Amino acid sequence: MAKRIDVSGLTAYYGSHKAIEDISMTVEPRSVTAFIGPSGCGKSTFLRTLNRMHEVTPGGRVEGKVLLDDEDLYGAGVDPVAVRREVGMVFQRPNPFPTMSIFDNVAAGLRLNGDHRKSELNDIVERSLKGANLWNEVKDRLNKPGSGLSGGQQQRLCIARAIAVEPKVLLMDEPCSALDPISTLAIEDLIGELKERFTIVIVTHNMQQAARVSDRTAFFNLAGVGQPGKLIEIDETERIFSNPSVQATEDYISGRFG
Amino acid sequence: MSTAAVTDKRSTLRGATLPRWSPWAIAAGSVAVAIGIGAAAGLHSHVQWGLIAALLFVLATYGIAARVEGRRQAKDRVATSLVWVAFLLAVVPLVSLIWVTVQRGVKVLDFYFLSHSMGVVADSQPGGGIYHAILGSLEQVGLATLLGAPIGVLTAVYLVEYGRGRLARAVTFFVDVMTGIPSIVAGLFILSLMLILDMQPFGFAGSLALAILMMPVVVRSTEEMLKLVPNELREASLALGVPKWRTILKVVLPTSLGGITTGVMLAIARIAGETAPVLLLVFGNRFINANPFDGAQASLPLYIYQQYGAGAEPAYDRAWAASLALIAFVMILNLVARGIARWKSPR
Repeated sequence: MAKRIDVSGLTAYYGSHKAIEDISMTVEPRSVTAFIGPSGCGKSTFLRTLNRMHEVTPGGRVEGKVLLDDEDLYGAGVDPVAVRREVGMVFQRPNPFPTMSIFDNVAAGLRLNGDHRKSELNDIVERSLKGANLWNEVKDRLNKPGSGLSGGQQQRLCIARAIAVEPKVLLMDEPCSALDPISTLAIEDLIGELKERFTIVIVTHNMQQAARVSDRTAFFNLAGVGQPGKLIEIDETERIFSNPSVQATEDYISGRFG
Repeated sequence: MSTAAVTDKRSTLRGATLPRWSPWAIAAGSVAVAIGIGAAAGLHSHVQWGLIAALLFVLATYGIAARVEGRRQAKDRVATSLVWVAFLLAVVPLVSLIWVTVQRGVKVLDFYFLSHSMGVVADSQPGGGIYHAILGSLEQVGLATLLGAPIGVLTAVYLVEYGRGRLARAVTFFVDVMTGIPSIVAGLFILSLMLILDMQPFGFAGSLALAILMMPVVVRSTEEMLKLVPNELREASLALGVPKWRTILKVVLPTSLGGITTGVMLAIARIAGETAPVLLLVFGNRFINANPFDGAQASLPLYIYQQYGAGAEPAYDRAWAASLALIAFVMILNLVARGIARWKSPR
């Protein structure tokens, strides 16, 4: 089930540009960890290093260690494809596959990996859609294209698609930034339910959201334009928002920043 | 009240406008004047009449609009009229081409014509048909497509999904060069190989040359279509733990299938009308030869060329009818392509 992530001394590059430098932290299993910080501070880059999506970008490379329950994701002989099956991801903009129906979208992860057992697929799709609180809205139109749903429904469809492959960790890159407040609330409720089963890491620009959904919060910052982003501190969310140990965090959270 | 004051004054927001029918009236006037000028000056070519009418239309539009509406609106109307003139300049020759082909082609185009060869008919005699040419064209173009389309699509997949660095740049460069190869040169290239191997003309040799002509077109159009697939879809698939090759096969290609099909169909339409390499490599044949790997074959463009060169009235009729058949073939392909594109495109 849910696994712990231990990051030590992680530095990520785009070509020769150093995007984040020397980040170490622990992400607890069955909890929600939120990343906050100004734009360009490397939150998303760091998130993408956690399931080796960073190296999909041309020129992207990583130094350091990411341990998933004591196994180094960047160790020799580790298959990035296998890593991504353990560590799923939900993106900023809802991106259902346009050629596939709602059912096929949820089943995509299993089907594309060669799983074709019909009855099991039905079960998994239903369970995943229920898990994403979308089942009641779409159960009568599973064969309709996924792109016909509203933005919030599409995002929950993408979450259903991500949890259908039973990952251990779920990474979410600003999952609500393209959604209205009601859809955002639906997703936040969902995150609260999902943390019973998964380790969840969420990047957000919305500090109220971080305060609402997360157990622990990490604050990232960068010294200036072109400088690499760094982890300033990570702590219990309550402490970060009430009594952070670093002045920059307090400045950022109280809006005195920049 | 202030509203009353505004309506009393001349509004700054509303100026004089020409009535909606004015462009039509100006066009009709220009055509009438052009006919007058043409007849008076004794110009025989109706093309000249048309060009005079187009010129008058643009000038009159500007003059009238500038007087009534002001200079800015006049410029707008001139731009609109130029677009219309350009549209007509492009469409009139096309329509007249189809009109002439249909008019002359239907004379002998019937089932007999489509189902018989020229085997026992002399070029100077009426009768005969294009069955052997249709068969040859279908086989040569079909084989060329079987060769050219997969290689072209795979090259494009390489360039968009994998290609980095010098090899990709070299491939792009050579695709560009290939786009510019004249068809006769592609024919000569295959012919030189045939001479080295001491071979006689046969259908598949033509297919090879046609495949060379087809490939760059397919690469280019497929490349553009693959680039249109949002990166987010690739990332979504990769993040599900799907290997890259399966992502390309199951997500990227299906998403762009409509566009790729259209590109391949357009490339087929292009090579279906090629004459030069077929003349060199397939040679032409009055008899039915269904085997593209042995012996000379006919093909539609080559048939048209040879019949028109025969110089007899019945041969002219057959050439026009074959042209009509070729245009119909290409049009049907286009419609099929559009159908597939609409059916397969993401909803």
